[in-house]
Amino acid sequence: MADTTDIRKGFKIVLDGQPYVFVDHQFVKPGKGQAFVRSKLRNMITGNILERTFKSGEKLDKADTEDRNMQYLYAEGNSRVFMDTQNYEQVTITDEQLGETVYYLLDNTEVDVVFFEGRPIGVTPPTFVTLEVTETEPGFKGDTTSNVTKPATLETGLAIQVPLFVEVGEKLKIDTRTGEYVERVKG
Amino acid sequence: MSAQIIEGRILGSSEEALLVHDGERIFQFESAPALGLGDLIRIEAEERSGTLHYLHHEILAETRVEPLSEGSESGRFIGRGVLQNLRARAALLRATRAFFDAQDFIEIEAPLIVPCPGLDVHLDPVGVDDGRFLITSPEHQLKRLLVGGARRIYSLGKVFRKEELGRLHEPEFTMLEWYRAYDDAEGVMRDTEALVELLARDLKGDAKIGGVDVSAPWERLRVDEAFERYAGMSVFDALRDEARYHQLMAEAIEPQLGKERPVFLTHYPIEMASLAAPDSSDPRFAMRFEAYIDGVEICNGFGELTDPDEQRARHERDRAIRAREGLAQPPLDEPFLRALEEGMPPSGGNALGFDRVVMLLLGAESIGDVIALPYSLR
Repeated sequence: MADTTDIRKGFKIVLDGQPYVFVDHQFVKPGKGQAFVRSKLRNMITGNILERTFKSGEKLDKADTEDRNMQYLYAEGNSRVFMDTQNYEQVTITDEQLGETVYYLLDNTEVDVVFFEGRPIGVTPPTFVTLEVTETEPGFKGDTTSNVTKPATLETGLAIQVPLFVEVGEKLKIDTRTGEYVERVKG
Repeated sequence: MSAQIIEGRILGSSEEALLVHDGERIFQFESAPALGLGDLIRIEAEERSGTLHYLHHEILAETRVEPLSEGSESGRFIGRGVLQNLRARAALLRATRAFFDAQDFIEIEAPLIVPCPGLDVHLDPVGVDDGRFLITSPEHQLKRLLVGGARRIYSLGKVFRKEELGRLHEPEFTMLEWYRAYDDAEGVMRDTEALVELLARDLKGDAKIGGVDVSAPWERLRVDEAFERYAGMSVFDALRDEARYHQLMAEAIEPQLGKERPVFLTHYPIEMASLAAPDSSDPRFAMRFEAYIDGVEICNGFGELTDPDEQRARHERDRAIRAREGLAQPPLDEPFLRALEEGMPPSGGNALGFDRVVMLLLGAESIGDVIALPYSLR
């Protein structure tokens, strides 16, 4: 049995028979009272967000999920298609189910697809992904006050803040836990 | 024409421009040589008609780390704006001291290592190796000064609470605690609203924190009214299960408080009194209050309990609960209890989480962003 000390972004539990993944959590302590973990979870079947407050130390039912390595093929409408490279079986997962992990999917790359009771419900992104910059202002022009970062859009549509010296076409290492810039990838 | 020396880190170097950050500002030079990104540099420049022109440079240190990368010092202090936050924090510390000094308060440096750090069952103290503890607040110690004759005192320093870590919690944080002898809870509540309004105006020129107007006076809301309004039930029904009371407070009530104007939550049930005096007009309630801005608790204060017998009874009860739950077992604070027997003046006291107020004033995401080196980065 897991408990609230196991909670981190990406941790999966079963609530009322449904698989949920933690997308956000916060330690709260009301005055001089008992501690809680105020959480946001995504239902991995419907994609709906649930807000729930757990008592510190409360037991949690860890979701019994299985990760299968599959190839991401392409987007189809509001869904994404993946293929098992062993048996060529294809599965489809909706963007709602994937949440922010859609920003870490690159055509024809391998990812871990999460199965719950035999059903594909999401993707476990690697901790770091490398994505190319498709849009950003040239760095050194104009406003150079105290701002050392500027907005940029990456090839998957992810919008982030990057240092001024980053240019279009450069590849960036992104931390999928925070969705933030780590560093440039050279070569 | 005037010569200038600029020292700092190279944050951009291309054919068009050289960008140097001196820690708090960016300088841009045209027609400079291409240099190593992230290196520390000293540039001699000349100012002509308002723009800086590069003359010479000297590399002072080469870097092995990409500037502004995740986990780098430049990424945190410059990239996340932490250095700017720390400059503002220093100004807020000075303004806070000036606020109290101008009213004839004495600043007290509270002791940090004590035999009894308090017995509150929800606070876990940090032990030191001779069996003593680091303070979780300087409350017992400062009250001894009130017995000794001090009328207005404050302490602005570190306190320690084990295993509290999050957006609003650090195991080591800065507490502003102050007392007014021969006064009551209302006296220190007025200090609180005046201080926060002053800090906001000093820092930003107006009395706004985000969308919250912090000008005094703030709203006062009794805990029993808050339960009726936001939880739809009587506080006494909620109290039949203490965990339920705390959960409703955290889930239903606190997030609603202080959205447009800050709110003082007042008159806690006597079961939640801690070191507060009972309400003389209704002993089911205690003269305890907390203040909230945009759902964030910033302080906890009391019309202080001065009755030595009641204080000893509450501490013995808390010690029994601590024993039952396997928590740290500091001894009773006998010097503190003896001081109460000597006669403590009726007093108002308040303990304010200084890091949280700085965070709110600066619009920072977490208190970690207004602390030089938070616990997780040491």
